[in-house]
Parts: sequence; C-alpha cells; structure tokens
Amino acid sequence: MSDSAAKPRPQFRNLTFGQLATYRLPLAGKLSILHRITGFLLFLALPLILLPFFERSLISEIGFADFAEFATNPIVKVVLLILIWAYLHHFCAGIRYLLLDVHIGLEKASAARSAAIVFAVSLLLTAVFGLKLFGVF
Amino acid sequence: MAASENIGRKRLVVGAHYGIKEWIIQRVTAVVMVIYTLVLGIGTLMMPAFTYENWVHLFNFEVLHFPLGKVLAMLTFLSLFYHVWIGMRDIWMDYVRHAGLRLTLQAFTVLWLVGSAVYAAQILWRI
Repeated sequence: MSDSAAKPRPQFRNLTFGQLATYRLPLAGKLSILHRITGFLLFLALPLILLPFFERSLISEIGFADFAEFATNPIVKVVLLILIWAYLHHFCAGIRYLLLDVHIGLEKASAARSAAIVFAVSLLLTAVFGLKLFGVF
Repeated sequence: MAASENIGRKRLVVGAHYGIKEWIIQRVTAVVMVIYTLVLGIGTLMMPAFTYENWVHLFNFEVLHFPLGKVLAMLTFLSLFYHVWIGMRDIWMDYVRHAGLRLTLQAFTVLWLVGSAVYAAQILWRI
C-alpha cells in the first residue's frame, strides 16, 4: 500500500470566519478583497461624508472657506485620507480589472506583477495626497 | 412559437441574461468615471490657484448657454450610482443567505442611492 493512500487527501473548502486572520492570500487576492471593502466604504461615505463635503465646497464662498477651516481638524484629515486611499485603491484596482477583461496581463506572473503595481501606485498617490493634506508641501 | 410547441426539445431557451447586462454596465460606468476623474484632475492641476471661483467653474461652466459642466457631472454621478448598485448587489448576493434580509438590504441600498442622486442633483443645480 502506498503512502498516498494512507494519507488523507487535502480538502479545500470555503473559509470559516476564524480562518480569515491566518489565511494567506496572494497579493492579487488581497487587492480583490480590498477592492470590495473600499467599494463598500465609499458606498457608506457617499451621502454621509462625500456629498456634504462636495456641497459645502461649492454652495458659497463662505462655505468653501468654512470647509477649508473644517479640514484643518486632524480627525477630519484622517477620515479624508482614508477615503482618498479607498478611492485610489478602488480606482487603480478597477483599471487593472478592465485590462484583465480585455485579456491584458492574464498570465499568473503578469497578474501578480500588475497587483503589485496597483498597490505601489495607489499607496504612492495616497502618500502624495496625504503629505499635501497635512501641509508638508 | 405557439405555446403547445414550446415544450421538450423544441423549448425556446431565452434565459434571463444571467447577469451579463449588469457586468457590462459595471464596466461602462467605470470607464465613464475614470474619464471624468482624469478630466477633473487635469482641470484642478491647470488652475492658476485653488480658489472658490476656479473650483466652482469646473462644475458650472456653460457652452452656448448649455450647462455642460453640470450635465457632465450629473452623468458621472448617475454612472456612479448605477455602478454602486451593481457592486452592492453582488456583495449582498455573495454574503447574505437569508432571502428576506437580502431583499431588505437591497431595498435599503436602492433608497440610499436614489436619495444620493437627488441630493447630488440638488447640489449641482444650486451652483
């Protein structure tokens, strides 16, 4: 009798909730779930944060100045930075998906590389906006 | 095809589109938003200074008395809301097994988004 018959074959099933913390996703998998999480975050923020900010900035010169004043609060800055990151990640990952849809970069190696590029570009742009937001330049 | 013939091997299989319509719309609306994001980004970078007048002008400029800035912004908002509907519908369908709860969440999502669309239109047509 061979070893393979004695050992139970590994089974791959849906993750249970407790496995989420230890399950090692490839980079493209992390990109994918973050695409979903950032989309959900932006959905919630839309009428609660994004549209009110948009309104304040446009409705009057006083509102614009008020908003500029309001945005100096560190907590507001952190919230804005999270939403900026969420938008940039969703944007860059979305462009990657559009390219995959037209069969660009479908191979395993190039898909892994493009996932790394998405993280690099979106985090770099977030850093640039963050530095601007916190008044470094 | 008469109903009496529409049985067995002769049955006309038309399907329910099986999500291809949503799939396509999600991509088309994404492209619209990418283009508008780039237009806004370039417009902002080309401003001589980030002032109220220059910021408002990005959205309320007119061409031959046609409110082009508002219409482009509103079209992008509508693309956004349709895109969000498809994405949220996917999330509820993937994770919420209980049909009643799923329907409730989907109804809530539609109301949330239609409300946002009204809010967005109201903002744009006040400037």
